Amino acid sequence: MSCDHKHHILQINNLSVSFRQYENGRSHRQIDLPVISRLSVSVHEGEIVAVVGSSGSGKSLLAHAILDLLPYNAVCSGEIYFNGEPLDKDRIARLRGKNIAFVPQSTTYLDPLMKVGRQVRGGRGEGRAKKQRELFRRYGLGPETDGKYPFECSGGMTRRVLLTSALMGDPDLIIADEPTPGMDLELAKQSMADFREFADTGKGVLLITHDIELALEVADRIAVFYAGTTVEEAPVEDFRSEETLRHPYTRALWRAMPQNGFIPLEGTQPYVKDMPAGCPFGPRCQWYSRECAGEIPLKRVGCGTVRCVKCQGEEVHIHHHHGDGNYHHTHGRSPEEHVHEIRMGDRT
Amino acid sequence: MKLEGKNLTFSYDKQGQAVFRQVNLCLDNTEKAALMGPSGFGKTTLCKVLAGYVKPQEGEVLLDGKPLPEKGYCPVQMVWQHPERAVNPRLKLGDTLADGRNVPDRIIRALGIEEDWKTRYPQELSGGELQRFCIARALGEGTRFLIADEISTMLDPITQSQIWTFLLEEVKRRQIGLLVVSHSEPLLEQIGARRIYFGGESKPSCKK
Amino acid sequence: MKTAGKGKNMRQRARFLLIIAVIFLAGVAAAGVLCRDAAMVTDFSRKDLAPCLKYPFGTDWLGRNMFYRTLTGLSMSILIGVCAAGVSAAMALVLGVAAATLGKKTDSVISFFIDMVMGIPHILLLVLISYAAGKGLKGVVIGVALTHWTSLARLIRGEVLQLKESEYIQIARKLGHGNFEIARKHMLPHLLPQFLVGLVLMFPHAILHESSITFLGFGLSSEQPAIGVILSESMKYLITGKWWLALFPGLMLVLTVVLFDLGGTSLRKILDPGSVHE
Repeated sequence: MSCDHKHHILQINNLSVSFRQYENGRSHRQIDLPVISRLSVSVHEGEIVAVVGSSGSGKSLLAHAILDLLPYNAVCSGEIYFNGEPLDKDRIARLRGKNIAFVPQSTTYLDPLMKVGRQVRGGRGEGRAKKQRELFRRYGLGPETDGKYPFECSGGMTRRVLLTSALMGDPDLIIADEPTPGMDLELAKQSMADFREFADTGKGVLLITHDIELALEVADRIAVFYAGTTVEEAPVEDFRSEETLRHPYTRALWRAMPQNGFIPLEGTQPYVKDMPAGCPFGPRCQWYSRECAGEIPLKRVGCGTVRCVKCQGEEVHIHHHHGDGNYHHTHGRSPEEHVHEIRMGDRT
Repeated sequence: MKLEGKNLTFSYDKQGQAVFRQVNLCLDNTEKAALMGPSGFGKTTLCKVLAGYVKPQEGEVLLDGKPLPEKGYCPVQMVWQHPERAVNPRLKLGDTLADGRNVPDRIIRALGIEEDWKTRYPQELSGGELQRFCIARALGEGTRFLIADEISTMLDPITQSQIWTFLLEEVKRRQIGLLVVSHSEPLLEQIGARRIYFGGESKPSCKK
Repeated sequence: MKTAGKGKNMRQRARFLLIIAVIFLAGVAAAGVLCRDAAMVTDFSRKDLAPCLKYPFGTDWLGRNMFYRTLTGLSMSILIGVCAAGVSAAMALVLGVAAATLGKKTDSVISFFIDMVMGIPHILLLVLISYAAGKGLKGVVIGVALTHWTSLARLIRGEVLQLKESEYIQIARKLGHGNFEIARKHMLPHLLPQFLVGLVLMFPHAILHESSITFLGFGLSSEQPAIGVILSESMKYLITGKWWLALFPGLMLVLTVVLFDLGGTSLRKILDPGSVHE
């Protein structure tokens, strides 16, 4: 098949993130809230992969988990590989801002008291200055932009400043968290074109967004985020019609889009505190049956993957399908990982 | 009933440039209209002016020829873009919902608001769930016009279609005039709204 | 986070500390009132005794039991502190809310007073007011009450101003709710925790300032067994080697202040929802 993938830039297997927090505003009892559970997604060279999910569903935490920027009360488990090697705390600390760049959601990440040119250069040296000017030129920011303060830049300029700032370190991967809200359509398209251009040089982009229409326009593959996990990962072509989609949720999502019929599906995403056993979409699924309450394997169907027992496909065995190297060990981010595995087993 | 904006001009500071100037528009309580215009032309501000949240420097907003009431329930209600900012973080959602005036149970049920959500705090629910509360709260029995400013932009398509399917039915049933702001062309298509263009060269006017 | 399950979490610790602080302070305040008479008894047969089992804090040059005297002094300080801080906090609440809600002119006047009171050195203003109000108990209470409200008033003003602009309060207004209803339902839940924490954290300041001006001679009169009086009198005897006269009362004063501070900080941790999850 033509969908055999090239080099993996980023690969995430069974990532889980949970938060230890107080039960409510006053209570002194603490509970673990699983926000992301068993999420798998990968980015190959030359690709833009969009993770699409509704706002407030915790998908931003994916970016934070990869970059090791989670708050202190988060517990994280699973495997993250970057360029074929496990990405642990030390490695991400070395690569962050260099090989892996982050384009944040908020434009307030810029220092308001520093001129943007200097801010993007991030240090002295003729090499850096040359590179920064070159990048600014490439993204249509004239030499006069160098001397501006962030408040003097328009929304679109700020976006591009953030992007060039991400590109300064020659990254192989850009992780962009909701890069478009607050932009009008033109600007959003322009900024997506910038990502496209970057990806076309053999690099990867992980785009985290709530805007499925935008994602369909720009991304190569779409990972559909539902109740803390990716239920389906599919090439963008599969979204042209309902039949080529795999998961019942993705299909419902497709039908609900205004251009595809605007047909609503009843119910809401389950709340993290009362997540159903097995498939999180189970309670809303018309094909629900008893086997859906059990372990849901990740299956490869066509050029995508899906977490649904009803789909016919070959099961993906995570520890072996990565060709070039010895990654059979799990890279533990915390001792909880093994506990977590057992707990998952118990529940299913 | 008719909601009218006459010669509305608004600027944030007195010397500064106007956000919009001399805008006229009118809306009947049986129709659905969409406010069109490029971003940065103050669509949200115009919504706030029409719902009585801010006063224009010039011009007036009239409801059946009379200005909007200063006190008491405003018949023109607005639903905001970010539901998480539109609810008090320290109140349980049931209390927030109780801010609305005589909201029929039918609406709460039709929006899919579960009994259990009412005892929770806003930070425990998703944006889509909060937006349902905000919509229910704005649909008390005194509401004659509803202004929806990008209310489903941050939501997933399923929640979006749930909310809009309900809203369209409700405004038809109660003859509530609807003014929509949305950047999504397919969504406006589905809502079937008359377009009111403003900003730049074109100025909307009252045809009737 | 990895030792979860073992030990106590942050909120449990905070609650524990708060309870300890409250019990200790209430205990001292009550004990001081009860042993007030005993603190006044002079007995020259036991004068200038170093700390021993019978007189844990020693006795002074008039043979008074320093333990009782310290307790009584502390209890007076605590009662004065609570009283003055209560008045001060009430002023802060009223003025803060007034500044934020009664229009620009009121705001300018109140803000001017806040800046003025904050601009004058604290202890100087305290001495002036207390002196003008006739020294003694009344003078101290008025002095402390009139000088401690500023920062809390400013905090409350800022909070109310911010709340007024919040979308949910604007929406409540358009839904036909009046000012009083909005203040009660929407603002109170935000202001109450701030107010309580501000109040408790004001106690240690009030107590320290009460002792300071009494020490300087502008506060309580010298017959009163106040901590400030005890400390200033003991100065004369320190050189002669009677270290216990100053050490124990001083330590107890520090302990009281620290416990109030601890109580206030714990209260803040408990009342602040969603802030920390340790």
